[in-house]
Amino acid sequence: MINAIINGIQIQVEQGTTILDAAKKANIKIPTLCKHPDLDPTAACGICIVKIKGSDKMARSCCTEIEEGMDITTHDAEITAIRRTVLELILSNHPNACLTCIRNQNCELQSIAAEFGIAEEPFEKILSEEKIDESIKTIVLEPEKCIKCGRCVQACQDMQNVWALSFVNRGIKTKIAPAAEFKLAESPCVSCGQCSAYCPVGSIYEYDETSTVWNALNDPSKYCVAQIAPAVRVAIGESFGMESGELATGKLYSLLKRMGFKAVFDTNFGADVTIVEEATEFVKRLRGGEGILPLISSCCPGWVDFMEKFHSDMIPNFSTCKSPHEILATLAKTYYAQKTNIPASDIFMASIMPCIAKKFEVHRSKEMYASGNQDVDVSITTRELVKMIKQTGIDFAALTDSEPDHILADYSGGGTIFGVTGGVMEAGLRTINYLITGKNLEKFDLKDVRGLKGVKEADIRIGEHDLKVAVAHGLGNVEYLMNKIRAARETGQNPPYHFIEAMACPGGCIGGGGQPRNVNDAVRNLRINGLYADDKNCKHRNCHDNPQIKQLYKEFLGEPGGTKSQELLHLYYRKREEYKSYRETDFLF
Amino acid sequence: MTFYTPIPDELKEYIDKWKLKKGSLIMILRSVQDYYGYVPKKICFSLAKELKAPLARIYEVLTFYNYFKTESPGKYKIAVCMGTACYLKGAAAIIKAIEDKLDIKESQATKDGLFSLENVRCIGCCGIAPNMRINEKIYGKLNKERVSEILDEYINLNAGVSSSQEPPIL
Ligand code: SF4
Ligand code: SF4
Ligand code: FES
Repeated sequence: MINAIINGIQIQVEQGTTILDAAKKANIKIPTLCKHPDLDPTAACGICIVKIKGSDKMARSCCTEIEEGMDITTHDAEITAIRRTVLELILSNHPNACLTCIRNQNCELQSIAAEFGIAEEPFEKILSEEKIDESIKTIVLEPEKCIKCGRCVQACQDMQNVWALSFVNRGIKTKIAPAAEFKLAESPCVSCGQCSAYCPVGSIYEYDETSTVWNALNDPSKYCVAQIAPAVRVAIGESFGMESGELATGKLYSLLKRMGFKAVFDTNFGADVTIVEEATEFVKRLRGGEGILPLISSCCPGWVDFMEKFHSDMIPNFSTCKSPHEILATLAKTYYAQKTNIPASDIFMASIMPCIAKKFEVHRSKEMYASGNQDVDVSITTRELVKMIKQTGIDFAALTDSEPDHILADYSGGGTIFGVTGGVMEAGLRTINYLITGKNLEKFDLKDVRGLKGVKEADIRIGEHDLKVAVAHGLGNVEYLMNKIRAARETGQNPPYHFIEAMACPGGCIGGGGQPRNVNDAVRNLRINGLYADDKNCKHRNCHDNPQIKQLYKEFLGEPGGTKSQELLHLYYRKREEYKSYRETDFLF
Repeated sequence: MTFYTPIPDELKEYIDKWKLKKGSLIMILRSVQDYYGYVPKKICFSLAKELKAPLARIYEVLTFYNYFKTESPGKYKIAVCMGTACYLKGAAAIIKAIEDKLDIKESQATKDGLFSLENVRCIGCCGIAPNMRINEKIYGKLNKERVSEILDEYINLNAGVSSSQEPPIL
């Protein structure tokens, strides 16, 4: 333990604590701008400076470890004056566009300028002339607003290992962009959106499609329906003063009905179908039928995009199941349309997702048009829905619960945990166990695959099979698993695993790139607990036990993995170049 | 489109020798620049594969140092002095005049490959500031009009002669 003094207060903290974190223990908030609790300090901005007695230089508290006996001052007139100047310099390269900025009232630079009471601008304004890059239509890069904190680069390079974003040039000419003057759409970007979740200002954000939704809702010829992903229900409340992890399922159903959606479905239902299909596919492969092991999950479009660009040798291992929202949308425009006699071409499906990559997925390849129309018409993020709610004037937190349209909405516990890392694996194993042994698991909770560890491995005995499974989340963590599979393949050994789940975003979808910001592991854990609690409270814990799913197969799909399922619910992959890869559909349509 | 261009043997040998050593990217990029006079984009793609490094990593280093050129230099390399004396005597306006006349920006080459433009630190002729150098020749006491005349001379000299320069790569 280290003993030190901060602003005259005696504190004791563990060795290795930064001055910034130590100050928090003493209830002192040192202002920060570039530092994010999730990321290593880049020490780029200089606003967190403090004085250390006996040293004539000021130290950046976000990257300076506290030492025994240090006597630190975090606030005095001189420090405040320097911080002000730092801030004024940053503002001299930042436009005064707050009123029309996507981050208005939700911007770290704006808040800090307000805290410091910045009322005038002493320095001449010099703004970047770099153009906005919206080429990829999932995220938008607006270089003029960038404060060069480097968080997005850390997210894209260190956390996600994609390297689409980088620091280009130096000094005043520094910009954040893909290498070699490529546009984002031509870069390796997989649209995970993590960069947009970490940007403190309005320089990287989701490609806003709320107007597409409003226009559809205002078009009387459209029959608008919506679906909500598992992870949305435990995070959206954060934007309305609710606790992280507090379940808002019933409120979301009420809200969407009030906004004018004619039917409200639940992506969790689609997740139940995904599991029934994927578990069937797994058991087929395990029993030596078509396909090889390990089976690798395919429900995360960021991961699929990443695999096609960086690990395309794994294509034969990939599950051919579509992601839950695509499955649900296809069923809405076939099964539901037939049952209700509504022409599929009139149905407008809006997916409400924690995810940015789904904006790309909805037209990634021809299988996304399996119903004969584009299955999902638009995919918006949790953050976009928050914005829409604010525009409606509805008091979200005060809404009472209501019922969805059960036929494509009732769900099992297995479906709801799709939103957390390890959830697909757990739900999958529950159903795989049933398919192999004819019985349900006695203990549903598979603790080994839960939690925020980057790579989780587990052994589980099902029937006469000893299955080895692994789960990775955050794209930076998948390489380890892929290399292990490759090594075994090259030396002719048995594959090291039977089943692998991978999710692009840290924590799984609950930590998605389109979720409310200010996420760290504490928030991730609260959201995760929310979904596990939902699982526990579900009448059915197994996807295959959901009565609506049984009905669907009986009335419409036939056998899991059968002809109709193959035609509607599965997709195929192809290798794509890291740079300049175009959507297949650019050529098709 | 795939982006693998074979690396010339001479370079390849050098790269193979250095690629396993940590921190040798700068050395390797230098050797590429020595060979081509700049660092071509197509070679960067091949380098990324050889070094198993992301392209973005290579470009972060490449664009950080002024020393590295990512574009093929022109037949006539214009270097405008931005040393203190020239700076004070209006070097910025000289650069602007050249940019406007040739329709390029700093560190770019004209489409026909005739000129390229960069700024340099003091070239040692402060007495006649502001200065520029075109290949080895120094021009002093510049103003907008002088610059235009000088460039015209080069343009006329080359009128009718097709440029020997290869078209810029990629
Ligand atoms: S969306 Fe993901 S892959 Fe694309 S630039 Fe941002 S962090 Fe990188
Ligand atoms: S784009 Fe945003 S996160 Fe990235 S460096 Fe600029 S301000 Fe920081
Ligand atoms: S917060 Fe410490 S340097 Fe930016």
